[in-house]
Amino acid sequence: MSEKPKGKLALYWAASCGGCDIAVLQIGARILDVAAAFDIVLWPCAADGKVRDVEKMADGEIDVCLFNGGIRTSEQEYMAQLLRRKSKVLVAFGSCAQEGCIPGLANMNNRREIFDSVYKEGSATTPENSDDVRPQPETEMPEGTLHLPVFYDTLKTLNQTVEVDYYLPGCPPEGDMIWTAITAIVEGKLPPPGSVIGANTTVCDECKRTRTEKKIKKFYRTWQIKPDPDICLLEQGLICCGIATRAGCGGLCPEVNSPCIGCHGPNDGVQDYGARMMSALASVIDSDDPEEIEQIIRDGVPDPVGSFYRFSLASSLLRRKKRSTNGNGAAAATKTKAS
Amino acid sequence: MSDDSFEPKIVGFLCNWCSYTASDLAGTARMKYAPNVRIIRVMCSGRVDPTFLLKAFAMGADGVMIAGCHPGDCHYQQQNYKTMRRYAMIEQMLPQMGIERERVKLVWASAAEGQQLAEAIDELSEAVRKLGPLNWSRNWEENGGRIEALEAIVKEHEEALEVQS
Ligand code: SF4
Ligand code: FES
Repeated sequence: MSEKPKGKLALYWAASCGGCDIAVLQIGARILDVAAAFDIVLWPCAADGKVRDVEKMADGEIDVCLFNGGIRTSEQEYMAQLLRRKSKVLVAFGSCAQEGCIPGLANMNNRREIFDSVYKEGSATTPENSDDVRPQPETEMPEGTLHLPVFYDTLKTLNQTVEVDYYLPGCPPEGDMIWTAITAIVEGKLPPPGSVIGANTTVCDECKRTRTEKKIKKFYRTWQIKPDPDICLLEQGLICCGIATRAGCGGLCPEVNSPCIGCHGPNDGVQDYGARMMSALASVIDSDDPEEIEQIIRDGVPDPVGSFYRFSLASSLLRRKKRSTNGNGAAAATKTKAS
Repeated sequence: MSDDSFEPKIVGFLCNWCSYTASDLAGTARMKYAPNVRIIRVMCSGRVDPTFLLKAFAMGADGVMIAGCHPGDCHYQQQNYKTMRRYAMIEQMLPQMGIERERVKLVWASAAEGQQLAEAIDELSEAVRKLGPLNWSRNWEENGGRIEALEAIVKEHEEALEVQS
């Protein structure tokens, strides 16, 4: 790897938990090979590069940028645009950048609601804010105007913001997958642009549990039953998302009796992850009676969005919950039958 | 909140073997029904993936209808039971996203039931008209200040003093 002239590598984080940055270290001692092949020009979590230095670079000067996190603020959007311009290859690294992930679940709310819960209602992280002070994008001071990033109503994925060359799935991506991607980039053996770097099968294919016929009379939450360790969890009534989820993790969760929650994102050919899950689950409900079907779903799937769009809401066909400020339609119902 | 000028856009997925023929029959029999449904012919209601429904809404539909053969009469045996279950699942999910349940309708109509189909179309059109337009893509619009903020970052970075190392 080290014979070639050194390339330039940037890593950046936007709306994410920081886990993706840590995941990079999962490649272990091979990080030294990365350091031999690349100068790391920007990695806020671990290295001392400056945005200012990136701004001064020529367009396309960075060989590879691994970008994790979704786009929630104007600052993140600015960095996405900047790094897009300066990088030959831009990789959406991890679920947040690829599909929105957990930060994207806040698309069930808007800016005002999020600020209410963080700055007004108070929680363990915010002391009482009796003056109801909120972040303002602009504050006038004698020295000039101070800016804070503008907070968006809707979290966007990286490719809803700028053009993305490759996707590395996972929350966070697995060390071996990261290494495979880096090697492919260094050796120039990349799949066609726009591809997801990873397997093209589902978690079910990696899962060691025995499957027979799926027929379900009742869905259970994980705490309601003690699942048999050898039989497919879905057949036991647990909502396991292995059927729609891209392989690559090795089926870690079902291996320890925990259903797949879909952190590796949709497999190829799945346009809307939640729709795929709804379709697959509905198909295995063991009833032809409309009322019984409704009952099974009402009791067993009280929160379809949370269960089926946990990682993919921001990249789904609808992207977010209807905003109360939208259109002139009647006020949207917010309650599901179950609640 | 009815707006007189609002004509609901409704997408109808109609099964080739029954409801599609029923809509034909309604047409040839000159039954009057609301002109708001854009019909898409499918080979079976079981072909209607929840993805289609969501895509229709995302692309601007105000309502969606799925119509198939009566339970037990599906040309592909059990498929319309799957439709029934998928529909129940999507009905559970839509209100969470702020889409009223009344914007979707599942209808069983045999090839002879042009009248029933026409009535169902009228009912759905009326329900959707009452609810008003959905305008889904407007949910993605920014909440203001984005362009200005992006420009401000560039300006600030240009004007900031270099830190001497
Ligand atoms: S549904 Fe879950 S438990 Fe069943 S085979 Fe797939 S991954 Fe394994
Ligand atoms: S053939 Fe008409 S619903 Fe299946």
